[in-house]
Amino acid sequence: MPATDTLDPRRLAALIASVALVMAPHAARVPLWTTLFCALMLAARFLIGWRRRPLPSKTVLILLAAAAIAGVALSYRTLFGRDSGVVLLLALASLKLLEMRRIRDVNVVIILCYFLTITNFFYTQTIPTALYSIGVVWMITATLVSLQHATPVGRLRSIATTSGVLLLQAIPVMLLLFLLFPRVQGPLWGLPQIQHSARTGLSDSMSPGTITQLSLSDEIAFRVQFESTPSNVQQLYWRGPVMWDFDGRTWRTSQPVRLSVWRYESLAPPINYTVTLEPHDDRWLFLIDLPASLPPDSFLTRDYQVLSARPIRERRRYDAQSVISYRVGEETLRGELQQALVLPDGVAMRARALARQWQAESADAQEVIQRALHHFGTQAFVYTLEPPPLENDPVDQFLFETRAGFCEHYASSFAVLMRAAGIPTRIVTGYLGGEINPVDGFLIVRQSEAHAWTEVWIDNQGWVRVDPTAAVSPLRIQQGITSAVPETDPQPLIRRTRIEWIRQMRHAWDAVTNSWNQWVLGYTPEQQSRFLNSFGLPRIGWEEMVVSLIAGTGLVLLGFGLTMLMRARRRQLDPVQRSWTRFVDLMARRGLVRRPAEGPVDFTDRAIARFPELEQKLRTIAALYIRLRYGERSEARDLENLNLEIKKLA
Amino acid sequence: MNPDSGAARDSRGLNRSLRDRIGEWIFPTKAPERGPVILSQRRVYILPTRAGLLYALTLVLMLIGSINYNLSLGFGLTFLLAGTGIVSMLHTWRNLAHVELRAGRTEPVFAGDRARFHVLAVNPGRIARLSLAIQFTESDPEQFDVGPRSETEVRIRVPAPRRGMLRPGRFRVGTTFPIGLFYAWANVHLDLACLVYPAPESGNVPLPDVQAASGRGAATGRGDEDFAGLRDYHAGDSPRRIAWKSVARGEALVTKVFAGSVAAAELWLDFADTPPALGIEQRLSRLTRWVLEAHQGGLRYGLRLPGRHIELGVGEAHKTRCLECLALFQPGDS
Repeated sequence: MPATDTLDPRRLAALIASVALVMAPHAARVPLWTTLFCALMLAARFLIGWRRRPLPSKTVLILLAAAAIAGVALSYRTLFGRDSGVVLLLALASLKLLEMRRIRDVNVVIILCYFLTITNFFYTQTIPTALYSIGVVWMITATLVSLQHATPVGRLRSIATTSGVLLLQAIPVMLLLFLLFPRVQGPLWGLPQIQHSARTGLSDSMSPGTITQLSLSDEIAFRVQFESTPSNVQQLYWRGPVMWDFDGRTWRTSQPVRLSVWRYESLAPPINYTVTLEPHDDRWLFLIDLPASLPPDSFLTRDYQVLSARPIRERRRYDAQSVISYRVGEETLRGELQQALVLPDGVAMRARALARQWQAESADAQEVIQRALHHFGTQAFVYTLEPPPLENDPVDQFLFETRAGFCEHYASSFAVLMRAAGIPTRIVTGYLGGEINPVDGFLIVRQSEAHAWTEVWIDNQGWVRVDPTAAVSPLRIQQGITSAVPETDPQPLIRRTRIEWIRQMRHAWDAVTNSWNQWVLGYTPEQQSRFLNSFGLPRIGWEEMVVSLIAGTGLVLLGFGLTMLMRARRRQLDPVQRSWTRFVDLMARRGLVRRPAEGPVDFTDRAIARFPELEQKLRTIAALYIRLRYGERSEARDLENLNLEIKKLA
Repeated sequence: MNPDSGAARDSRGLNRSLRDRIGEWIFPTKAPERGPVILSQRRVYILPTRAGLLYALTLVLMLIGSINYNLSLGFGLTFLLAGTGIVSMLHTWRNLAHVELRAGRTEPVFAGDRARFHVLAVNPGRIARLSLAIQFTESDPEQFDVGPRSETEVRIRVPAPRRGMLRPGRFRVGTTFPIGLFYAWANVHLDLACLVYPAPESGNVPLPDVQAASGRGAATGRGDEDFAGLRDYHAGDSPRRIAWKSVARGEALVTKVFAGSVAAAELWLDFADTPPALGIEQRLSRLTRWVLEAHQGGLRYGLRLPGRHIELGVGEAHKTRCLECLALFQPGDS
């Protein structure tokens, strides 16, 4: 029989549509040739089925497969990476359609479709993706159902319903599995090197313009849930990369030095909070100012940065504790202080001169700092997102010519001034501010809240934070960036809006996304045990999980099974009918079988003729039954009596 | 190829011998069941199909991938599909459970043809039963649907290579609906039987000579004109010969017998007339051919077999009696 007849055109169309739906999200990501290749194969397969032409020969298929493999090797330089693997799978799946000679091949294609659905999650796991995938799975399952239908396709609705019912009934099982299946922390084997897409976020260096660029991004850096939200939540400094080394234009972090013990004097009660950090491909974790305790798998550096053991490639949730008012670092090593004084030769000469002048005129470091801040506050400095470009000697040019800049300009030049005046100084980058979502109470910190400030070391006080931006633009610190920069500066559109309902919608959607992130995407082994413990189950182990999983699934299936059984069986007779049937069976055992067309009266007459000695009882039974069944009024006790009489007869 | 022969496909697969063996172990071949057979939940067995195993393997791969890449949605999808698979098992099972099967009528066939058994499938429940298939070991699966609270007559064709009473024995009713991951089946042994007549011999085998034993012989001609009397009606008698007048008077059905047809040809088809060299089956084949030809020719004929003989007669019922006798002839009878 010709191979083209594996599927009739309608089933074939459904199958090809399923494959196309599964592949569609990949289209924008894979190399152009892959998209064209797959589209071509699908179209070819459809035409072959429609026109009832023979499938291509093995030779042609092998050549096409070889071409696809060569394409992957050329595009990715490897066949075994994650991305190249996906492309290879897409190409081979579309080829498999052309090699679909038997019904078994059709099954393989469909199961491959299920598998391809998951590959999309490598790249996106948002709510829309989830909804789309459910739709796709529905379509694939419907295709599978249509293959099982013996009758010709035509009852599309019934096929779609069957598929939908299957998926709906699968949901309780899915939820149980999702919640109770013992989670293992991946990866099981080394994650292949993923090509780093350029992600917005802080980096390990800062030059004029770095943070200004970030301030245009509306992307979320992290979300915070406080145990009790502090009143000054907008004025919390989230510490990120700390920079020591300056080359005249760019500040850079230095080698992280691990600090196993750190001493500080807390001047206020610590605050507890949970951060959900978006992936940024680097190792730093953001905590408020001075960490009091560390999240797992992380360590503290000598400049109080918290570094994760591994780069943050997935959204990460961690509990943290911080102090916001403290004295720390009084015992800092001389070598470290020396490093915080270094300035490159030949740059910022005018600034250095100014600083030395301040130093000469001041009694102590405090006074020098005050003079510098006063200088920023009084000398017509402008805080703007569109500073003029700085060329050869950015510090001097900014301090004495342009006088317009963003936080990194102020932090950088302030640090240079301090170092020149002999005060050890370092740059701290991080985030300042954020927005409380009124819907769920989470603090949302976006890339646009990126900030840079400084820390100076003062005798007897240790490291003290000084934010020179505050001297120029107190509004930035108090009310956030939107109110601090001129209206005309470019800013993310959505943040500028003052239309109330748009803001509310945005908050609502953000709260939904956040719950999704917290509960679905962030359901890690840790979160799992936290969730299960919240039911008052202390320390539930994987054995208990498996047992309750099996028990739960069993109960669900039992429920479905019993319901199905009820619907599959003959309808249960009503009690009167059941009693009568019992009576008829009884008589049958005595040798009198009711004829199919015999009513109660005729049957009883025949029974009396056969067993005259039972006449009284038989008449009672018949009378009761007739009254219960056909009478206008019957008493509640009638049924009882009927059953009693029948029992006596037995 | 039928795209939807799910059950067919799988029962042909590797699993089949295994299933047969399991089936035999759980349900040792027993005497046929009389009356309707209800496929109670205990009678319905279920195992994954090859596609089901592939599906399970894919889910394991997806689970490993989800763990390795920490794909929460991957877990979600894997578990959704696992749930679908498990639920589909229930659906496959309930597609078969509580279906009633009854033996239907069967028409005799000639050896070498295919016997057609009729099985009545009754669905007492409120849910449609789709894509069920009945299959004897040696037959192709026969697909059918039964709507809610309705019944379907399923016709199953089984090869009938030899004459005699063909008892196909146990059959399997199975289904892979809705998604082909599981195969639910039940073994049912209804009291099905089909009479298989010997295959009529082909080729040039003329009827033996007509005997003029009764003396009236061929001279009387073949006419239907001479009314000879009435006899009881037999199924198969031509309606033209029914004595409609007596029917109209409210009497029982009787058939008119005509002298002409009695005398036309009096033919004894005798086993002994066939060459012994042919072997018993071949000889029976020849006799079958003769019976058919004699009937066709409207002759009055009788059948003699070792140990049995059928008196001269005509008509459909007579032919059937002769063929039955040939079908069930046991060589040991002589």
